[in-house]
Amino acid sequence: MTLLLFTILVFIGSLAAGLLGALTGLGGGLIIVPMLTLLFGVDLRYAIGASLVSIIATSSGAAAAYVREGYTNVRVGILLEVGTVIGALIGAALAGITPTNVLAILLGVVLLISAYRSSRPRAEHAVAREPDKWAARLRLDSTYPTANGKQAYAVTNVPGGLSLMFLAGILSALLGIGSGIVKVIAMDQMMRLPFKVSTTTSNFMIGVTAAASAGVYLHRGYIDPSIVLPVVLGVLAGALTGARILSRANVKWLRILFTTVVVIMAVQMLYKGILGNV
Amino acid sequence: MTTRRISDHAVEQFVGRLLQIGVAISALVILVGGVMLLAHHGGEVPSFGTFAGEPEGLSTLAGILRGVGAGDARAIIQFGLVLLIATPILRVAFTWVAFFLQRDRVYVGVTTVVLALLLYGLLYGHA
Repeated sequence: MTLLLFTILVFIGSLAAGLLGALTGLGGGLIIVPMLTLLFGVDLRYAIGASLVSIIATSSGAAAAYVREGYTNVRVGILLEVGTVIGALIGAALAGITPTNVLAILLGVVLLISAYRSSRPRAEHAVAREPDKWAARLRLDSTYPTANGKQAYAVTNVPGGLSLMFLAGILSALLGIGSGIVKVIAMDQMMRLPFKVSTTTSNFMIGVTAAASAGVYLHRGYIDPSIVLPVVLGVLAGALTGARILSRANVKWLRILFTTVVVIMAVQMLYKGILGNV
Repeated sequence: MTTRRISDHAVEQFVGRLLQIGVAISALVILVGGVMLLAHHGGEVPSFGTFAGEPEGLSTLAGILRGVGAGDARAIIQFGLVLLIATPILRVAFTWVAFFLQRDRVYVGVTTVVLALLLYGLLYGHA
């Protein structure tokens, strides 16, 4: 395959990934690594480097839209960022010594969990009334806009959230994914933030976490300009288009389609990883 | 309390806009480098299946800047990527300024830690 053909095909694939990722809320970064390795035969390390950089693009590109709605809790984000960034630097160090088939199996497992969670309906839980000791001391309480005006919420279990974020950072750096699913679980389930606040704050954090490990990968030579070129531009164009047509799209069917793609790729990653064929 | 929230929000809006501009500029730089790359090397057959690691000229800040000066297409793409990696770091830097102006010592401290770790990753990168 010539470089020109490779660039065109990967651009189209990344465009689709970015579009579906934005429309379903799962994030396009999830299937960039399997797409590059399974369909285009790209080495896993180059694929992870390219995926990480594309995550930064979508996270930063989408930030302005979220900020305007006033959901992001910057204090929660920056505090938890301590956990994810330390995790990301450790994950980037671990990536150098982890066998690629172990990475493939791990990615397969994370893809399956993401697909499972996205296929289940989510219920908006009651917001916490009393903040815990740490949340009070760190003034994490805030308000968010609802149909009935601004609603106040409190934050609980800061240590639990912080430790899960550390894990999210390691996974993000090891596998080149945003780990949005782990971040949302930490904030939504453990710290009891309202769902919309969790997802937008997670988006804020994903770019910062990916930036921490992307720098390390750049120095280690994992980031190849010829591969990154179509991936970044494709995912970015897809994500921006997705955000624009979100209100008009039939998300239910797209979600089923995307989840199916994720499951197929997860099974293939597991298969290759177990055979040691990566 | 109220003023703190309002100024948080104003800063975030400004920074959100800044991030979009940062992404747009880096995408433009990557596009320019990409067009140059494909114009000169589009017919070559690359082997991305074997991991060789990037040379020094494409993996260190000094090397990338040297390549940009020499008009190397790959180095221009890498420069666009460095700009892209810098945008969330810039966002954290602005958050630091906002907390500093609010005289919020605890969060100035927290943000300093995050910023230091990020700069370490970008500038040294030997975690």
